[in-house]
Amino acid sequence: MSGFEIAQLEKNQIVTLHLKGFLDAHTAPDLEAELEKCIQNKQYKVIVNFQELGYISSAGLGVFMGFIEEIRKNGGDIKLTNMSSKIFRVFDLLGFPALYEIFNTEEEAVQKFT
Amino acid sequence: MAKKVNKYQLKIPSSTNHLELIREFVTNLARDVGFDDERISQIELAVDEACTNVVKHAYKGDDRQPLDVLVKTDPKKFKIIISDKGKGFNPKLIKTPDMKKYLTEMRVGGLGIYLMQTLMDEVDFKIEPGKRNQVQLVKYIPQ
Repeated sequence: MSGFEIAQLEKNQIVTLHLKGFLDAHTAPDLEAELEKCIQNKQYKVIVNFQELGYISSAGLGVFMGFIEEIRKNGGDIKLTNMSSKIFRVFDLLGFPALYEIFNTEEEAVQKFT
Repeated sequence: MAKKVNKYQLKIPSSTNHLELIREFVTNLARDVGFDDERISQIELAVDEACTNVVKHAYKGDDRQPLDVLVKTDPKKFKIIISDKGKGFNPKLIKTPDMKKYLTEMRVGGLGIYLMQTLMDEVDFKIEPGKRNQVQLVKYIPQ
């Protein structure tokens, strides 16, 4: 089983979460906990890097919906990067690109924050 | 001549922990049939959404209830039948979400059935609460 892992990195007040493995109804609570922590620590500039994520279901997409409002209310954002075409197709199917900024690289997302 | 039908069955407890196993089971069979990667991903997601709904809604998170995934293939169709014995629902009351409204209101959850209907060629519900509920998902095999 490949499971799910999150690596967290903070630089210049921007938190980057690197997702690895499968984001489904079983693993979505792990990402929820990580975003919850960002809010508690008042870290509202968040980049999520999908490079090593192999799969996402609507439970995974729902996590972002659960936090985006509060993060934006505090002047921050969740920016998404490095999606494979498989992952992007799921976001696109549900019209999420209208709501989230999606970049090819992390650097582009960092530039948008600064 | 009767057309050849193959059947494969996975019977497991209703835990989200098993979603990965279910996805592997279904994607391996879909690959054997000859679907391309995009269609395999569509089947994988639709089946995951159906099984997640069973765990979360039919069994309300109880992870020790029976969940059955049956795959039937014939030369034209790849059919997945997901059965449970939990709380049913009235499929006629399920509305297609207005995605624009959905996104502007930033709702959470409730996208599973919409995804199944978007990803698969046929989606059918047979609901008998407490006895047996079934979701049938069909993908046509390119000829």
